[in-house]
Amino acid sequence: MKMELSDIIKEENIVYRRTPLMTDKILSYCPGCGHGTTHRIIMEVIEEMGIQSQTVGVAPVGCSVLAYDFMDIDWIQAPHGRAPAVATGLKRVMPEKFILAYQGDGDLAAIGTGETIHSCNRGENITVIFINNGIYGMTGGQMAPTTLPGMVSSTSPYGRDVKTMGNPIKMTELVAHLPGTYFVTRQAVHSPSAVRKAKKAIRKAFENQKLNQGLSFVEVVSSCNSGWKMTPVKANKWMEENMFPFYPLGDIKVDGIMVKKEESQKIQQP
Amino acid sequence: MKELRLMKGNEAIAEAAIRAGADAYFGYPITPQSEVLEYLMAEKPYERTGMVVLQAESELAAINMVFGAGSAGRKAITTSSSPGISLFQEGISYIAGAEVPCLIVNVVRGGPGLGTIQPSQADYFQATKGGGHGDYHLIVLAPASVQEMSDFVPLGFELAFKYRNPALILTDGLIGQMMEKVELFEQMPRATEFDQSWVATGKTPDRERNILTSLDLDSANMEKHNQALQAKYKKMRQEVRFEKFLCDDAEYLIVAYGSSARISQKTVQLARDKGIKLGLLRPITLYPYPYEVISDLADQVKGILSVELSTGQMVEDVRLAVNGKKRVEHYGRFGGMIHSPVEVLEAFTEIFLNH
Repeated sequence: MKMELSDIIKEENIVYRRTPLMTDKILSYCPGCGHGTTHRIIMEVIEEMGIQSQTVGVAPVGCSVLAYDFMDIDWIQAPHGRAPAVATGLKRVMPEKFILAYQGDGDLAAIGTGETIHSCNRGENITVIFINNGIYGMTGGQMAPTTLPGMVSSTSPYGRDVKTMGNPIKMTELVAHLPGTYFVTRQAVHSPSAVRKAKKAIRKAFENQKLNQGLSFVEVVSSCNSGWKMTPVKANKWMEENMFPFYPLGDIKVDGIMVKKEESQKIQQP
Repeated sequence: MKELRLMKGNEAIAEAAIRAGADAYFGYPITPQSEVLEYLMAEKPYERTGMVVLQAESELAAINMVFGAGSAGRKAITTSSSPGISLFQEGISYIAGAEVPCLIVNVVRGGPGLGTIQPSQADYFQATKGGGHGDYHLIVLAPASVQEMSDFVPLGFELAFKYRNPALILTDGLIGQMMEKVELFEQMPRATEFDQSWVATGKTPDRERNILTSLDLDSANMEKHNQALQAKYKKMRQEVRFEKFLCDDAEYLIVAYGSSARISQKTVQLARDKGIKLGLLRPITLYPYPYEVISDLADQVKGILSVELSTGQMVEDVRLAVNGKKRVEHYGRFGGMIHSPVEVLEAFTEIFLNH
């Protein structure tokens, strides 16, 4: 008997469906990039919490500048690095709404350092999602503030020489030390288990806005196979071997309290 | 009963912001306008009207907080002075591109660079010709008294929301620091009467998501967006405002705005005392600019002097208006120096009567 696709896709057979909060627009991201998955789990969280009509996103400048094409919520596209300031303006006039600042590493950790530090320090009651792939993807693979020592990019073609080019900045650890942050965590979305953990963290980061206790900051370490000049599979392996030791996964600050180092080490281990 | 108060120009801006029903003020201290933030913090407008007041970490942050609050359809205002206004420009360009209404006040000081803290009108080009990158314009209002500092706040909000465009009050350290009698207007509601269908406050089931962006990677669409902006700026021309002083029988004309208009008004009186038929045209909107009335007056007078606290910026718009019909010259002190009415009269006499 010949089986058609429609014979298989039946209500009783469905084990997974795309959240309707993702639009039909085809993602502009490269295969293997963490943006698409992160977009999806953010939208799943917003769908599950039933807060679509109460959520406003702020898109950055970078690969995810077009985030508003894919996620079906109201958006503002901010100048490069200024998303937390735009989010501050939104939240201050609408404290009852859920405000999301979605940023990459160049946006959040280089040009927007001031806005990041001060929105965290003021304890703005917003959610910041920080995609860290250690490179400027949109502009074609230039060195980012988070590019690893020795890592090759189009503006560090012989590898990042920390003596002349400076060190990669661990923004997430940095903001965890500010009194205004309530939840600070580093996640990844390269494996099913990582996706589940990241989604849980993002859910918490949004739930926290109901508590009005300060800023929730979720870093997502991502691969950039185009920028790194690798296949998606190899890029994920490279990320595990090189990015994770420098940017260890796990919670850094939970409910306003720093996670003890031993516990944080434990969380890192699979 | 009239509510009269003796106030500094900067304080009048602050009180007017509360009374105009502003939802939020974001700012960063800079001389000569820090009284705005100081007044607001002392006045606790969040208790009076629910208005938010926040001191930002930089002008970059302040203008983007305004972008955020404005995107929610709220009345957001920020104030600064020249060097800080330069830092605003990135944000202003995005706000203009995304068509978000807001109100910005520039209490101008002498430049370039850190310049001086004394009054100047050298930011005219920046205010009226764009300032940031791209083809855009702000609605620009130029108060010439502390009363107008107060009155132009609700007017600025009204025009900003009417056209979904940032509005700028271009004043200077002279009017910002000067104390005058002000008749305060009554408290207005924080809501606006204008269309709010575009705001980013959360997508409800009855509409598509609202996206406030200045980006379109399709150049053909970006060209269309620019055409729409230009059509809007053309429509704004109906908002031209100006004031004529002794123009009816004038043989010569001074064109001056803001503090220079106040000084030039005295010059006109001094000239009249000497039998010189001098008149004054004061542009109140610098964008849209009153080209037509200046063009009409050019047919009547023998010569026109543009008086500004700069090396000559607005004079270019006066020349555009006059279009070669009559002689147009510039006079002004600059770098924080202020011309006196007598100096203006002497300059006028030297330029137009002694040659």
